[in-house]
Amino acid sequence: MPKPFDKLTATAAPIMRANIDTDVIIRIERLVGNSIRGTLGKWAFGSLRYLADGSENPDFILNREPYREAEILVTGPNFGCGSSREGAVWSLQERGIRAIIGSGFGDIFFANCFQNGILPVLVDKAVVDQLAADIEATQGAGKVSIDLEAQTIVSPSGARHSFEIDPRRREGLLKGLDEVALTLQRDDEIHAFQASDRTTRPWIHFQKTAASRTPVSRTSA
Amino acid sequence: MPGRSLVEKIWDQHVIARLSEDTDLLSIDRHLLHDLGGSRGLLDLKSRGLKVHNPELTFATPDHALSTAPGRAGTSKIGQELLAALRTETAASGITLFDVDQPGQGIVHVIGPELGLSLPGATIVCGDSHTCTHGGLGALAFGIGSSELTHVLATQALIQKRPKTLRARFEGKLPLGVTAKDMILALIGHIGAAGGTGYAVEYAGSAIRALPIEGRLTICNLSIELGAKIGMVAPDETTFEFLRGRPYAPQGEMWDLAVKAWRELPSDPDAVFDREVVIDVEKIIPQVTWGISPEHVVGVDGVIPDPKTVDDPARRAAIETALEYMGLQGGAPIAGTPVDWVFIGSCTNSRLSDLRAAAEVVRGRKVAAGVRAWVVPGSENVKREAVAEGLDKIFIDAGFEWREPGCSMCLAANGEVVAPGQRSVSTSNRNFVGRQGPRARTHLASPASAAASAIAGAIADVRMMGRQ
Repeated sequence: MPKPFDKLTATAAPIMRANIDTDVIIRIERLVGNSIRGTLGKWAFGSLRYLADGSENPDFILNREPYREAEILVTGPNFGCGSSREGAVWSLQERGIRAIIGSGFGDIFFANCFQNGILPVLVDKAVVDQLAADIEATQGAGKVSIDLEAQTIVSPSGARHSFEIDPRRREGLLKGLDEVALTLQRDDEIHAFQASDRTTRPWIHFQKTAASRTPVSRTSA
Repeated sequence: MPGRSLVEKIWDQHVIARLSEDTDLLSIDRHLLHDLGGSRGLLDLKSRGLKVHNPELTFATPDHALSTAPGRAGTSKIGQELLAALRTETAASGITLFDVDQPGQGIVHVIGPELGLSLPGATIVCGDSHTCTHGGLGALAFGIGSSELTHVLATQALIQKRPKTLRARFEGKLPLGVTAKDMILALIGHIGAAGGTGYAVEYAGSAIRALPIEGRLTICNLSIELGAKIGMVAPDETTFEFLRGRPYAPQGEMWDLAVKAWRELPSDPDAVFDREVVIDVEKIIPQVTWGISPEHVVGVDGVIPDPKTVDDPARRAAIETALEYMGLQGGAPIAGTPVDWVFIGSCTNSRLSDLRAAAEVVRGRKVAAGVRAWVVPGSENVKREAVAEGLDKIFIDAGFEWREPGCSMCLAANGEVVAPGQRSVSTSNRNFVGRQGPRARTHLASPASAAASAIAGAIADVRMMGRQ
């Protein structure tokens, strides 16, 4: 169940490169296994954060003070594109990130953020650019504030921007709602839909039986 | 009221409840599980004290973490644990598993269409972004994350925001040596890696209608590289012929009933799309990527972009970053760039027609000295059919390694990697930083182009090889 999100004032780190994909956020080999939760924070942005010899890359922003403590990322276009791996969100969360402000996000990554209580804020590129410039002008000392209830961001310069967000998703984040539990409250509707669909599209539905382990060839002919 | 598009018709048919103006609770027809996330989802469900809502609509196969070496030697300890957990948890839940070495096993996006699990008008989800592939049969299919995967296991439904619609029309007759892979790479180059974000894409036009299903699956596979999690082609006679007789496709009277319904699915002539793009396929030449995003793509007779000639500072910096990673010089021709690896496989291009196209180029020739070349068939059934045709022998005689089915070097989750700094021509879908292994350099291309590059030892124009 996601942790609720309402307000946050924190250090923000601009990572402005376009098209940062979820492979760059977390490498696949870190995600192979069923007991990976809690191990991912140090591997977030691994290829950018570490040099080939395993030492920290001093040029990467999250390795520099005060950005090391950043809880907000300010990102370039199409952040989180590519693979559906939710481990990308988990690794950022375990690294301490709670909100991401950008001008465009990968659709699946964007949805995965909400599932984990991370707020992705979609704003115009001009707003992103101004935030990044304001943060850099204070060398990261100036904090960024986000108020989900009021739907506003305040830049270190004091500039205030409003943002749009889907009302359902906003409510889900504010209350930390569990979607599985919510949908199961509609289980009668799901069963009614399926019963009716068995009549209109019978070819979609199979008998509930024990798993068939029978091998099947490409065609039955 | 305007007509409805393909995606709108399928969407409307699956709405269990309208949750807000643009968000619905959608019924899910097929849920596909793989070894990387399948058992994790089933264990997550168990820890919540819940049961799989519709195990008979859920199907599993190992593909991601499995070694593709002969005998599966080389599957890591953790990969073996994931496979064991997938077996235990699917059996406990009554979910059909297509297991290793059995017909039916393979890359999840290859087996769905092959077995007739993926059908026109069906909603299909899987914890993998390339689930859009199944749209090639006229299904509404998309990738989901781990939380949504658990949601589908628990409810056989998913909360989804209605997408915008984009129609990409490919018109004209495809030139010789140009394939479905080149068509979709050209579109990504044209509208960019975020050009489809927020949209469901319908691929249409005379060149799409002329494509066999396997080509349509390749096109839809790369929808996510446009940013679109849904990509689809309207079902037609080609679709029905492909599906007829497949083991999970309807049979007999049920087949007739299904086809009648599927004929109603194509977009109405007066359907309105939020965006429309037209591509003249007669101008497309074989495509190859030069950078670290699928939008970094040129014709194989083209040159690598020169950052010095680019005015926009952000674009210039992006090109410089990509060229530095790829070890390439701006302004140089892309053809002739020496390669170390060639990988023919992945959910994009590992089907029988892909292997035939590559074998046609390779037949009677030898892989260039110093190049390591792999063919990884997409499924056990593809492998067996290819062997029956003698394709394996053509590849092996030329110096390729012939492997067992799986995802392999597309995403390098099983230790099958391109070494740091080495250059690969790959028929897969992503040339991201480190995708094929830390600091590996990937050039995406069609199976024919990859085969030509293996023979030449460098990025090659298949049209110059005398065979297409």
